[in-house]
Amino acid sequence: MSRRLGISLACCVVALTALGISLHWLPVGARQVWRQSENTLQFSELYAGGGARGLVLSAKLTSLHSKRVVMAGYMAPPLKPALDFFVLTRVPLALCPFCASDAQWPEDIVFVRMPPGQTVKPTAAPVQVVGRLDIGTKTDAATGFVSLIRIEAEQVAVVR
Amino acid sequence: MLHPADILHSRCPWRFLVLTLAVLCWPLMGVAEPGAMLSDGLMGGALTRLAQAQPTATRPAESGTTAPAQPSLRILPIHQAKFLAGARFDFRIEADHLAVKPTVWEVTVAGQPLTAFFGTQGQITHTTGTSQEQTLRDVTLTEPGTYTVSAKVVAGETTLTKTVTYEVVAAKPTARQARNVILFIGDGMSLPIRTAARIVSHGLTEGKYNAMLEMDEMDAYAAVTTSGMESIATDSANSASAYATGHKSVVNAMGVYPDNTKNPNDAPRVETIVELVKRTRHMAVGLVTTAEIQDATPAAMFAHTRRRAEYLAIMDQYLHPPQMADVIMGGGSASLLPQSTPGSRRKDNRDLFKEFEAKGYTTVTTRTELAAAGAPDKLLGLFQLGTMNVYLDKAVFKKGAVLKQFTDQPMLWEMTEKALGVLEKNPNGFFLMAEGGLIDKQAHPLDWRRTVWDTIEMDKAVGVAKKWATAHGNNTLIIVVADHAHSMSITGTYWEGDGKKGREAVRVYGEAQFPDYRDADGDGFPDQVDVSRPLAIHWANHPDYYENYTVFDEPIAPTVKEGERWVANAQRAGADVLQPGNLPASESNAVHTVEDVPLTASGPGAEQFHRTIDNTEVFFAMANALGLDARQGKSPFVAER
Repeated sequence: MSRRLGISLACCVVALTALGISLHWLPVGARQVWRQSENTLQFSELYAGGGARGLVLSAKLTSLHSKRVVMAGYMAPPLKPALDFFVLTRVPLALCPFCASDAQWPEDIVFVRMPPGQTVKPTAAPVQVVGRLDIGTKTDAATGFVSLIRIEAEQVAVVR
Repeated sequence: MLHPADILHSRCPWRFLVLTLAVLCWPLMGVAEPGAMLSDGLMGGALTRLAQAQPTATRPAESGTTAPAQPSLRILPIHQAKFLAGARFDFRIEADHLAVKPTVWEVTVAGQPLTAFFGTQGQITHTTGTSQEQTLRDVTLTEPGTYTVSAKVVAGETTLTKTVTYEVVAAKPTARQARNVILFIGDGMSLPIRTAARIVSHGLTEGKYNAMLEMDEMDAYAAVTTSGMESIATDSANSASAYATGHKSVVNAMGVYPDNTKNPNDAPRVETIVELVKRTRHMAVGLVTTAEIQDATPAAMFAHTRRRAEYLAIMDQYLHPPQMADVIMGGGSASLLPQSTPGSRRKDNRDLFKEFEAKGYTTVTTRTELAAAGAPDKLLGLFQLGTMNVYLDKAVFKKGAVLKQFTDQPMLWEMTEKALGVLEKNPNGFFLMAEGGLIDKQAHPLDWRRTVWDTIEMDKAVGVAKKWATAHGNNTLIIVVADHAHSMSITGTYWEGDGKKGREAVRVYGEAQFPDYRDADGDGFPDQVDVSRPLAIHWANHPDYYENYTVFDEPIAPTVKEGERWVANAQRAGADVLQPGNLPASESNAVHTVEDVPLTASGPGAEQFHRTIDNTEVFFAMANALGLDARQGKSPFVAER
């Protein structure tokens, strides 16, 4: 009995060691992507200047077109409990431009579309989006939302 | 994939190890799937899975007007509507929720059949399938008096009747006629906000103010009611529309009465002050705001829409000659840029900057360009894609993350001065509306400092206008008024000098003493925003939020959304004094309040303001001061949309 217990304990030690490796491996894979600084995009890096007659897209933004990027921000106030798209903003908004007649979108926003068949829960916490960057004016067929900068999301995660 | 039960029931001697590994790794097996990532990342915290498989739902459509289910009859304009004789309007009668088509449709005005009275039968429509409407566009009542409109509709078993009365008045010329009118609207600038601006700007010595505000030092004072036709509580579209047309309407509407159609831009119109002064007197018009030029207050001066968010339709009306202002300044260039231009909010590739330039407008986009613009015949100044930044952000804190590309924005008093220089060239006089639009936009998120400093900014613009009027013949009526109230109130002062903090540091009655703002440079603003004894400000209505009595060097939203509820935003620095909300948790910000608002005025016609008046009377007072005869000139409604 004690031998069997010892074997079990040994197995657990081995298992936990192996698990430690596996837990490490998976995030490392992600970190390798996210640590590539050219693939991280900040809100302050979207535009290189311009003014009331139009903004100038930054070289960094345009260079990342069609590439996989990581971007952090906040979800604009949503209308629904489950979203297949949302708008990423630099700071939290306390007005809902979707639903308020006196609220308009700031210029530095990113339209995020979830992968087909997936939705995301709204959150007030900061979120991190990983996905393919798409630049250029486009009208979303499903929502009618006109956007300039989009991310076709692979992953969306909340930062606690 | 093996299930843990399969492993447990196997004969493998390593089954316990395999099982342990399998169980512990089980949650990770889905990690590699798109949308299910769990890891820490750039922001340094632990990440939680958000993505989940749920059916995709579409965004709900904006809700329209809720109509009663019972058969009903509506006459627009409404009962008790008051008209300037000759002012143009659309007449509409609607019968809703009918079981069958009407067999009797009788409408009379002053005892005459509707068609005979107005000389047109208009258009009969059936908007909803269970309704019938008759709309007469572009009609007028030219003779002063009381008019009774009666309607009888019979549809099957249902008989509906309704009678309304209208009052038609000619302008009563005031003792001295005004050549020009300058209407300052402090959006949401209720009485305590004016008082706070006076305290912060000028201070007191042993109870007496060291100086009064420019808006205090005026000849006449009145209180103005603000309610709309459907509710005691109003918004800036409806309330500004009352000033601009003399008619009540509903929240979100300007220059129209609400009808039963879904199209917000076909509602029955009433003529605006801008249309009136242009068609009857060929006066110049200026619209200046710190908000977006499409925002409710400037738009209500000339535009007709049931829904204030119709920015592109409002821009089309800006370009419609009978509604066109000679000077337009503020934020909101995003609605002028072709959609291919980064920053645009348009849904087409029209370049409205170019369209304005083709119509003779000089365009400027920075404070520097504005100063260099001289006095062109027409001026379009747009200084932000969206709303302009508030005084504290554009002139004091100047944070790059807040101002972004817009580091060279003019002050409201500079825009006002430039507008006057352009408008004064018209020999027929002018109407100028100048709005402190961000007083309200900072009161909503409970940011009293940004609210009050922007009130001082507008007060300096009032000073510019008063000085200009004095130097130009004292024939300009200047009105300073709010459009609705906010619930901000001054409790006393806040002082941590004895170690108390939070609510215990709120000083009341004699302990409040006086705030220690100083204005050594005499620019009207305190030299320091963050003083040791600021005002203690409280709000009568609010969501959950943190009141920490400190200065934020950038705007911070009071709430964030969690599920269906708006909860206090912990980003308000030192967030330790939670103010439990007293509004429904569906409200993210403070809301407008219903109290009367103060109005002060100087110049010819100011004597009309001396008691509590309905907000629609501000329109008639302006018409009286100018001696407007609305029977002159061609209709501005001829180009139907």
